[in-house]
Formats: sequence, C-alpha cells, structure tokens
Amino acid sequence: MTTEEIYRRLTEIFHSIFDDQTVVPTPELKAGDVAEWDSVTHISLIVAIETRFKIKFKTAELESLRNVGHLVDMIAKKLS
Amino acid sequence: LKASTKSPAKSSYYSFEAANLEGTDLPENDSRNQLWWLPHNLDWQRTVESAQRSDPQSALEQFIALANSRIDFIQTARLDRAIQRAETWLRGLVNAAKPIRLALLGSCTLTHLSPGIRIGAMRRGVWVDVYEGGYGMYRQEIQDKQSELYQFRPDVLLLSIDAYHLVGTKDATVADALQGLRDCWRMARDNLGCAVIQQTVLPVFPPLMGNNEHRYADSPAYRVAKINNLIRDLADEEGVHLLSADVFAANDGIAEWHDISLWHRSKQEIHPRVSHLYGDQVARILAAIRGRSRKCLVLDLDNTLWGGVIGDDGLAGITLGQGNAVGEAHLAVQRYALDLSRRGIILAVSSKNDEANALEAFEKHPEMILGRQDIACFNANWDDKPSNLRDIARKLNIGIDSLVFIDDNPFERNLVRAELPEVAVPELPEDPALYVECIAAAGYFEGLQITSEDKERGTQYRMNAARDLLRDSTTDMPTYLASLQMELRCGLFDEIAMARIVQLINKTNQFNLTTRRYTEAEVKTAIVSGGALHLQFRLLDRFGDNGIIGLVMGNMRSDGTLLIDTWLMSCRVLGRQVEAAMLNVVAKKAKLMGAGALVGVFRATAKNAMVKDLYKNFGFEHAGEAEGEVFWKLSLDSFRETDVFMNVSIEGLQ
Repeated sequence: MTTEEIYRRLTEIFHSIFDDQTVVPTPELKAGDVAEWDSVTHISLIVAIETRFKIKFKTAELESLRNVGHLVDMIAKKLS
Repeated sequence: LKASTKSPAKSSYYSFEAANLEGTDLPENDSRNQLWWLPHNLDWQRTVESAQRSDPQSALEQFIALANSRIDFIQTARLDRAIQRAETWLRGLVNAAKPIRLALLGSCTLTHLSPGIRIGAMRRGVWVDVYEGGYGMYRQEIQDKQSELYQFRPDVLLLSIDAYHLVGTKDATVADALQGLRDCWRMARDNLGCAVIQQTVLPVFPPLMGNNEHRYADSPAYRVAKINNLIRDLADEEGVHLLSADVFAANDGIAEWHDISLWHRSKQEIHPRVSHLYGDQVARILAAIRGRSRKCLVLDLDNTLWGGVIGDDGLAGITLGQGNAVGEAHLAVQRYALDLSRRGIILAVSSKNDEANALEAFEKHPEMILGRQDIACFNANWDDKPSNLRDIARKLNIGIDSLVFIDDNPFERNLVRAELPEVAVPELPEDPALYVECIAAAGYFEGLQITSEDKERGTQYRMNAARDLLRDSTTDMPTYLASLQMELRCGLFDEIAMARIVQLINKTNQFNLTTRRYTEAEVKTAIVSGGALHLQFRLLDRFGDNGIIGLVMGNMRSDGTLLIDTWLMSCRVLGRQVEAAMLNVVAKKAKLMGAGALVGVFRATAKNAMVKDLYKNFGFEHAGEAEGEVFWKLSLDSFRETDVFMNVSIEGLQ
C-alpha cells in the first residue's frame, strides 16, 4: 500500500473518530493539535486503525508514538 | 434501503451440485465483529448526513434505520455523536417515548460502552439516557444517597465489574465476591428502586493447572468460573437480570472480547472493537424490560422451511429431511421454530403459494417437524408480503412491531423493510444451514422470564381457533358468549403470579388505560403500601385456561375516591365482556374499602386508542385533564353492575 493510500484511509478514520471533516492527518500532526484527541479517543483511534488496516501494534510501539508521520511509517512497515 | 437487484434465490437448491456451487457464506472473522444479521447500507455515510439535515420526525426514522444496518464500532460511535448533536431538536419526540435512564457503573473504564448501548436501544426504537459513574466508584456511589447517581434517578442500573477487581487478589474468596455484589444489588433495589443488570465475569485469566483447573481452589481462572456458575441462582433469588458476558466470550473467543494490552494501556475490560455488540446485548435486556421484545416469527415456506418450490416441484420434489444436507438444514429451521413456539413465541406463515399446495406439505410430508396446529396464523396467497404481515398482526391482535419476518428472498426482505420498517427482517445468509444461527444471533426474542402462560401460548392460539369456529356457527353474540361457559377468577397479586403480572404490565400496549411500566420491585413496593388495590384476573372457558389476562392497580386517596392507576387486559380475550366483569369487581372491592367514587385515568399512547372512550362508555363522567392524562369519575352510589355471561369468583376479598 502506498503512503498516499495510507493517508487517504487514515483521513476517513480520523473523520469518523473525531467527527470533524476539518481534521486532516499530516505528518507533523500531534494529539495536542486536535481538541477532541484525548486519551479516550486516542484508544478508539488506535483500535480503529488496527481493525481497518488489519494490523496489531505492540504496547511499546504505542508508548513511543510521536506524530502522525511516525504512525504512518509504522503502519507501512506492518503492511509490507 | 434500496431493493436488491439480485434475482430471488428461489430454485437454488434443486440438486446437490447447485447447493454446493452456492457455497457457504459463513461470516468471516471480520464480520463477526459486526452485526452480521443486519443488512448493509452501502450509502451509510450519505444517509447520516441526510438525516442530520432532516426534520425531527424524519431524522429519527432515518437514525433508527441507520442503527439497523450492518455497522461496526467506528460507525456506531459516529452515529451516536450525530444523534447526540441532534438531541436538542429530537428531544420532544424522544421525551414522548419516555427514555430509559440507565446508570452504567463499574470498576474500570466504561465510557467507550455508552455509544453502543444508546445505538443498540435506538435500533429497537428505545431512547436511553446513560449516566456514567465515576471511574471505579460504583460501591461508593450506590452507598451515598447524596451522590450524582441518586440525583440521576436511574430506571436501570448496569454493573460492569471487571474480573481483575473481583478476584484479582488471592484473598478475595468466591463467597466474598458474590456477597459484595449482592450488597450492591440490594442497596440499588431498596434505595434507588431500580432494576439491576449484572454483567457476568469475563474469563480473562490464564490457566495455572490446565484442563483440571478446578483442583486448585486459589486459581483466578477457576474462581471466575465458579462465580459465573453461582451467580445465576443468586441473581434469580434477588430479582437481578444478568448480562452474560462469559457466554459472549465462550461463543466468540475471549480474545474477541478482551485484549490484555488494552487492559494495561487503558483499563478497558471490554474491547472497544466489540463495544457495539456489547451495547446491542444490553439494549436487548432494556427493550425486554420495556416489553419491546418481538413476539411472533413469521416464516416463508419455499426455500425457507423446505428446499425447493412446492407449487412447482410437488410434495415429492421438495428437499426436506434426513439424508440430504440441504434437507437437514431446513429441518433444523423447523426444529428451532418449534422450540421457540414452545417457549412462547407465536409462529405464523406468509408464503406466496396456493393455500392447498402449502397446506399439503404440512399435512402430508412425512419429514415435516412443524404441523399446521403449530402455526397460529397461516397466510398462503398471492398478495404482497407487507399486506400479509399487516393481516397477520391484525388477526393475532399484536403490533406490527412484534413481528420478525424470515424469508430467503432478498427482494421480499427489502420490500418489507421499505414498506414496514417496524418489522424486524434479518439478512439471512444464502446457506440455509446458517438460518438458525442468524435468527438466534439477532436476539429478537430476548426473554427475561418464562411464565406458564408462555408455555401454554401455542395451546391458547389453537383454542382461539376453536372459539372462532364456534362463533362462526353461532348466530348471535349472547348465545355464543353463554356457550363459552366462561369463568373469571379474581384474586390479589401473589408471589406465584408475580412474573406474569410484571410481564403483562410491561408488554400490554393496546387495552392499557395508562401504559405505566413497573419493575417487579416497584410492583412489590406498591402492593404493600396502605390503601392499595391490586387485582389479577384469570379467565377459563370450555376450551381451557386462558391464564392471567387482566390486572387492576389502584389506591385510596384522602378524598375518599379510589384512583385506578393501571387497568390492562390481554387482547386475546377482547369482545367477551371481560372488561365489564373486571369493573364490577373493582367497584365491589372499592366499596368494601370505603370509597365513594372511582377515578379512572386515561393516558393516550400510539397504541391504546381502543380504550380511549372506555370510561365514558361505562358511565364515568369527564373530571378534568392534566399533563396528558384525562380523568374520569364514577360515583359508586349510582354504579350498576353490568350483566355478563360468565361466572365470577373472587378470592381474598373480605
């Protein structure tokens, strides 16, 4: 799956989870940048990504998560 | 919902090869996380946006339809937020339907469960207001009468206690854990006066012994199993309903329901991925408490109860019975339908067939499990299915929203969904071997109690058919009523009848003057208070026992009038003067209690128009209106008993 395709699918997931069409996942975007992105929606987001991409994150990977770009790299690695 | 363009699946099962080519569409692992008995809505996203722009009535209908499509937990949360945003302008409609106030209390993170519960209830046309307790504060909140929980005044309390909390430490014995739960249930019942649902314990612990785990009494896994074993009887003793999370885990695998890494990360015992399935299960119980469980299974015949088309293939040509996998699959459908009917679910048939052909299979095919006598209403004709479903509901005297419609043909299913959205229409898989699993998974018939009336219901519908025959052969009504040799037995509420009494209070929609729903706890409280009137009525006739068919609840007021808070009657016994006989008894009892007048209340609902003028017709005088209630008054001095064609016996009245 190309990086563009991952971002396209991620955008759909973000819109569903945050219920806000203006939130666009960019490489630099972080939890602090989105008002609804709290600890509860973060879990929903991760589980949604795991379900939709059919992948599984390790506990330590999620502890180290920095921003959306980092997240997309991890997704790409798991899909390859 | 768009009608499928796919051609009807009839004639698919003529041969072994054909059945094989169809293949099985056993739900994949992924779709197990979905509500796989519901149809896909390919235009889901656009429908959500359209609903948000509609007028309230239309929006609510669209939201209910969206909740009834095959959605996952992400879509469930999305739909929930859309509805929450629309709440202010939907409130008027919602309040009219009286929302259920649900308190969700537990020992771990539960916030992610609320959307699934709300949408699950919406799926059944019920609105739920959820109160989420503070994290891990369930015991304190139940104990503290000043807590927010008490201000919320829940109708129902759901206790979701995680396994780690309950048996996580070695000291926590099974007896302690159960007693802790029982204390909470009792406080909730006595102080909050609400119904209680207890989640059973998820089997999250790894084994320490293995197959013979039970030989190590300190094993957490074994203690969970033991609690789940003992909690069934304990809950029944205390009048608590169970949410059988251990059974979900047994069916789907514990890994579907619990993820240990999520537990470490966010203390969610229930996996968010199945939160909408969890919510649907909770909503089933809430709907059952409200009397909204379905009552009647309407079955198609060709390629549903048997393989093939009886009109084309003939009696010898249909596929049914042992020795053929497709034939056995259809037998299993019949077996399940028969088992449901023995539990109290009414069976009906709607089939496009000449009646003689359809009946021939029931009367002559040696492999048939279902007999004509098991079907309360048999509609085989060439009219469209929505008309037939309306006709079945009318003949059986039940609401259209009590029906579940089973048909292998996607065209018929979609037509019924479009014409009669209140009918439940599961999206049957193509393989008939999966029909039973699909009907069962949908949980339409969620039951909370089995009463003797449930078990006798099949017999009662057969007796009704016999009565109808007698009426047709009798020319005038009084002669017919006299020939029934009716006996009305009246008594006070008692423990033996309590399950049936609560069921009637929560299920009766049509002959129900106020449609006030009460839990068992509320009924028990009401009948011990001073000046309370509570009467149950049982009707017998020459064809048998109809069981308890009517109730009256009331109370003496300081002005010397007796207020009739609840008066309801099963529609099975309409047109037999039972209501007049009931009023005779109420008047007699009220006089004994020293009342000077009866005051009746009528509260209009969508379904009780048939009793709108009941009090007026019995000579009551209009005595004002307030908050949607109409009051009617009848002086007992001027009351004259109506002559009725039945013997009335009264127990427990001094």
